[in-house]
Amino acid sequence: MNTMMLLEMAESGFGSRVAVQNGPDRLTYSELFGAASAAAGKLRASNAQKMAVLDVNSLAVPIGLFASGCAGIPFVPLNYRLTGDELERLIARIAPCYLVAEPERVSGLADLPGTTVVSREEFVASARSAGPDSAEWPMDAEDIAVLLFTSGTTGEPKAAVLRHRHLVSYIFGSVEFGSADETDAALVSVPPYHVAGVASILSSVYAGRRIVQLPAFSPGEWIDLARSERITNAMVVPTMLVRIIDALDGTGSTALADLRALSYGGARMPLPVIEKAMTLMPNTGFTNAYGLTETSSTITVLSPDDHRAAAASDDWTVRRRLGSVGRALPSIEVEIRDEDGTVLGPGERGEIFVRGEQISGEYLGAGSRIGADGWFQTRDGGWLDADGYLFIEGRIDDVIVRGGENISPGEVEEVILEDEAVADCAVVGVPDEQWGEAIVAVVVVHEGRTVTPEEIQERVRQRLRSSRMPARVEFRDELPYNETGKLLRRKVRADLVAGAGFAAASAAGGVAGAR
Amino acid sequence: MAQLKVGARLRSAVCATEVIVVAAPAGDVDISCGGVPMLGAGEEAPNGATLDSSGEPTLLGKRYTNAAGDLELLCTKAGDGSLSLGGERLVTKDAKPLPSSD
Repeated sequence: MNTMMLLEMAESGFGSRVAVQNGPDRLTYSELFGAASAAAGKLRASNAQKMAVLDVNSLAVPIGLFASGCAGIPFVPLNYRLTGDELERLIARIAPCYLVAEPERVSGLADLPGTTVVSREEFVASARSAGPDSAEWPMDAEDIAVLLFTSGTTGEPKAAVLRHRHLVSYIFGSVEFGSADETDAALVSVPPYHVAGVASILSSVYAGRRIVQLPAFSPGEWIDLARSERITNAMVVPTMLVRIIDALDGTGSTALADLRALSYGGARMPLPVIEKAMTLMPNTGFTNAYGLTETSSTITVLSPDDHRAAAASDDWTVRRRLGSVGRALPSIEVEIRDEDGTVLGPGERGEIFVRGEQISGEYLGAGSRIGADGWFQTRDGGWLDADGYLFIEGRIDDVIVRGGENISPGEVEEVILEDEAVADCAVVGVPDEQWGEAIVAVVVVHEGRTVTPEEIQERVRQRLRSSRMPARVEFRDELPYNETGKLLRRKVRADLVAGAGFAAASAAGGVAGAR
Repeated sequence: MAQLKVGARLRSAVCATEVIVVAAPAGDVDISCGGVPMLGAGEEAPNGATLDSSGEPTLLGKRYTNAAGDLELLCTKAGDGSLSLGGERLVTKDAKPLPSSD
């Protein structure tokens, strides 16, 4: 198995279709296959052991992804938001490497040892003009296809390992070959260094869906492109959807007539946002996708039908599914286990374990975290309802242990967020002599609204129980998020413990990314 | 006859067909294409093997399964032969469409 095999199938199935488009520039499947084969020849000749791209969404990304597979070396998309020092340390870890970069960054990277730096334009032009190299690739499914550096909030980033068998299994398990209509088009605005960026290329190629790249997300450009390119499919992170909705709402014209499918994931989607999106875009089917980098993207989906059924239901057990991540893909099994490893039943909270061919669970240098029984421990907490819908409750490491009782921050945050004065909220545990940990709620209040700590404490005490009640409520102007819109609870906790406020370090609902 | 491994690639001895094993029953199985056992990595076609062209040709990207449903092969290269498991003709499996999630 090799990712290049997926492109070869697309090439022989529908070679003359447009595969990918960036502004006026486009490549058919045949052209993409030819360019990837030619670029693979360059990679082989360079003796590089990795291929890296430091770029926004551009034609260099899909060419590079398949060329790396064809050349049998890992593809390493790098985060273009990192600073010079951080990047240099990462590049040193993957040398000798062939690095394709945005033109303006080439000169600054030219002198790194063991690194061949080529500008995006040069890489794409040379791949397009060269005659295809012999398109043969290694078929060892154990070869590493992609390395993704995950942004740890502490320490150096870790490199998640996705092998060809993981990515190809994911595609075989979740996409039907050539299932897209010839007029289908997917708008890709998640950055290439996220697993969703990699997955979007592979899924669209295998389905035969034209990829329209948006180099950097802005709501206005996203909407314009969706209209002008008659986009039928798109994937966004919650913060993007919020901004798209605001922009659509502001214009009074809400129609995105061709947008049939909008999927979202990467962070918790607030219920009011998805409800509003469904109202504003009644003809669009929404899909919530849950997955981790180490699971090769999506492992559960809440389908468009699930969304509609939940939104229309008077039964709260169905209605609440709008806040779930849906059910496991047919190729994936999900289990909830307690701390002793006992498998729990419906409604019981524990840790999410998953099993399937696409699960890698591996970090470079650290080996696979998949157990002998084939199950991968996600470190995410959650529970399943009676029909197998999965509800996520955040990272296990964020669980607060107060007086021997495990408290999920998400459960408390949900209740606090019900207060209409509350714009945002983070619940964390801080060291406490009496209880081990004490619950602190950090709250952002809507402009022009007020709420007292006592009102928040009382709400939690009434809705949950007194052991869940925050011992302290702090107010802030904003909370720290990573760029995919994930709340950084560890940072909230560290800052509370240090007695510091939350200064400008916040990325405040970053605009790009997923998972 | 051999134990099939998920992810293994098989190619026809008598036509262009290639498949990947997506699901496999336990134990030894005998997969043929065009009436001749399929080849694994490094295996050579037997001398004098000829294509039995009585069945339907394989189709690119289609999934093939047996009646028991424990075998699934995905066709990565189309060819003139048809697939069978120990004499049982494999049939194309209807796709259960999933919503696109990325």
